[in-house]
Amino acid sequence: MTQTSTKPDAATGADAAAQPWSPRIVAFVCNWCTYAGADLAGTSRLQYAPNVRIIKLPCTGRIDPLFILKAFEQGADAVLVSGCHPGDCHYTAGNYHARRRWGLFRRLMEFTGIDAKRLFFSWVSAAEGQKFADLINAVTDEVRQAGPFDPTNPARKRPWT
Amino acid sequence: MARVGVFICHCGENIGRTVDCAAVAKAAEAFPGVVKSVDYKYMCSDPGQQMIKDAIRDERLTGVVVGACSPRMHEPTFRRAAFEAGLNPYLLEMANLREHCSWVHEDRPVATEKAIDLMRVMVEKVKKNAELRPIRVPVEPTALVIGGGIAGIQAALDIAGGGKKVILVERSPSLGGHMARLSETFPTLDCSQCILTPRMVEAANHPNITLMTYSEVTKVDGFIGNFEVTVRQKARYVDPEKCTGCGACFEKCPAKKIPSEFDAALGNRTAIYRPFPQAVPNKPVIDAEHCIMLTKGKCGICAKVCPTGAIKYDDKDREVIVKVGAIVVATGFELWDHSAYGEYGAGRLEDVINGFQFERLASASGPTTGEIRRPSDGRIAESVVFIQCCGSRDPKRGVPYCSKICCMYTAKHAILYRHKVHHGRAVVFYMDVRAGGKGYDEFVRRAIETEGAEYIRGRVSRIYRRKDGRLVVKGADTLAGRPVEIVADMVVLADAIVPQPGASRLAQMLGVSYDEYGFYSEAHPKLRPVETAKAGVFLAGACQAPKDIPESVAQASAAAAKVLGLFSQPELEREPIVAKVNEVTCVHCRACIQACPYGAIEDKEIKDSKGNLIRTVACVNEGECQGCGTCVAVCRSGSIDLDGFTDEEVLAEIAALE
Repeated sequence: MTQTSTKPDAATGADAAAQPWSPRIVAFVCNWCTYAGADLAGTSRLQYAPNVRIIKLPCTGRIDPLFILKAFEQGADAVLVSGCHPGDCHYTAGNYHARRRWGLFRRLMEFTGIDAKRLFFSWVSAAEGQKFADLINAVTDEVRQAGPFDPTNPARKRPWT
Repeated sequence: MARVGVFICHCGENIGRTVDCAAVAKAAEAFPGVVKSVDYKYMCSDPGQQMIKDAIRDERLTGVVVGACSPRMHEPTFRRAAFEAGLNPYLLEMANLREHCSWVHEDRPVATEKAIDLMRVMVEKVKKNAELRPIRVPVEPTALVIGGGIAGIQAALDIAGGGKKVILVERSPSLGGHMARLSETFPTLDCSQCILTPRMVEAANHPNITLMTYSEVTKVDGFIGNFEVTVRQKARYVDPEKCTGCGACFEKCPAKKIPSEFDAALGNRTAIYRPFPQAVPNKPVIDAEHCIMLTKGKCGICAKVCPTGAIKYDDKDREVIVKVGAIVVATGFELWDHSAYGEYGAGRLEDVINGFQFERLASASGPTTGEIRRPSDGRIAESVVFIQCCGSRDPKRGVPYCSKICCMYTAKHAILYRHKVHHGRAVVFYMDVRAGGKGYDEFVRRAIETEGAEYIRGRVSRIYRRKDGRLVVKGADTLAGRPVEIVADMVVLADAIVPQPGASRLAQMLGVSYDEYGFYSEAHPKLRPVETAKAGVFLAGACQAPKDIPESVAQASAAAAKVLGLFSQPELEREPIVAKVNEVTCVHCRACIQACPYGAIEDKEIKDSKGNLIRTVACVNEGECQGCGTCVAVCRSGSIDLDGFTDEEVLAEIAALE
């Protein structure tokens, strides 16, 4: 772990094929539960896999299925959607909308040839820092087993290790 | 052309230890649109904030990204700084380099790479961000209180005492609610009417309170600060202006055999009546269903005896629309109907009564003037069996929840009974005694230890009437493990507390959510117990869950405090994270209207200059929208977007992932 190895140019411009593969996971999380749960994982100094990039939305109900397809298009190997537990939605019912939407969306994914196993769904409350860390580690391990989604995608500039 | 400033915070060593902040700042310099990128030890400190302010002015920045702690921590700090430097605060975003990066990863190169990614994502977002202005909503500083029981009265008095106008709507002809019917109250045994009626009078006479009794809410429109409520004032057939409350009318009324609602059908009333002598307002109404004049067209005695000519047989229901800024719902409870319990006589045994009926028997102003006489033949009850949990904690036939107040009022009933019939036997069947509250357990102990009530832990399996008219109560004593049989003159059932009939209909009108039993749901069970999910609508009393008097009063005062807080400013200011409809592309499929958890989306008619309807579109009410974005994701034509989290902004974030 030398500081010289952190060359930003190397990180952004390198050829993906030259580097060993590692999962790229995009997480769409709600502001009130899972984002706060991830904050708690931080304040508790819980270490987890660096393979996730969080995109914050007010509520899982805001997540347009297009966002998920775009994330795969952008070279994600898996997408994680996480919000408040059922019944605890900050906005009363947004997570129920999200849950029903994914029931239908999984079928569309299969139709388009994306393995539905690459879409992860979870509930993480603001109090569940440990659960968030465990979740990220579990998802990363699972995706590592499953392998890359589309290794030839030019949008994949580098692995997120 | 975007001119973005990037500011990387070391947070002392919190970020700097694992993330090479200088390298991140250097990498960010190369992002398209970034004109300034620096790192600093403590960005949230005064010099750090000054650095941002100076850069906004000197570099004419159109967007700022601060890579620091969680936005939940310091976003307001940095947005205020941006505002002070003349930049719209919604053009500043934070990337979470501490909680989501430096604190959760150990490997410095890996954390640094991730930090650069997080910065790139927010830089791309901020380039798409729009200037947003806080939404201002005017507030009509008048409150509506629905329900004139003790909770409603307390809320109305507190709001009125705070100097704001209140409209108090009550369905029955008088204020008072259930509390007016009680004999004495636990655990102090003070007389219910003695403590309640002065408050009723105070509410009626308060200059800030407009009383609307014998009235019901029929329609609620609008949103926080600006509700329009339709109230139906039922025909009283008595002109309240002329009536002096002398009582000549109901003394002479020939229709005398109508079961009194107030006395829980143990006494009778006339067709023109006031519910009880201390009624507020103390003016009678005519019950149109039973009045001989109104049903058969002849009688007219009350009009003849009325000295002021106040009787109006041609009176009609009236609808009044009131404008209010906040609503307190205090509709209270009702008792569960125990006729579902066949083993307790299915409601057919006259001497098996409920708690309210016992209250009226024990009340000095009740049908027996306070003597405990059994309803069937009027004999003094020598032996009374009280059965707790009648319907409560019975998921199969009743309700699964505990009704909370029955243990206490049953102990009170047993004590009152023993005070009135010294030689009488009071037997209480209970499942558990739940007496949590100040002085409550002591009160139950007193009933058992000094007042001589016999407590038997167990259920009653059957009640039947003997030939001599007395009741036989068969049950089990589960502590002794043997069956018991008690001969009683009267059985008092502690029926479960259920919401008022029609509670769910009112909830739908108000846009308030309710549970499977019809109790209204609070916005948060711990931290927002008096608010509802509908902004501007508050809860007080047993309409939310079974509650005793002190709890109802406390919640009513809390609701009043919330209302006064809301009314303390002429305008509401809120975060402009709200949905917006593109009226040009909206096809009015109404999917968003159905999805919105707040009922914040309504129809909007677009008309030409002559007033002809061109088409109808969806329209988001900014006052009600809470900004969840559920409507955006359900919109089939992509015609709704959420300010602060637009499709363009989120897609830019995704596209920034390298």
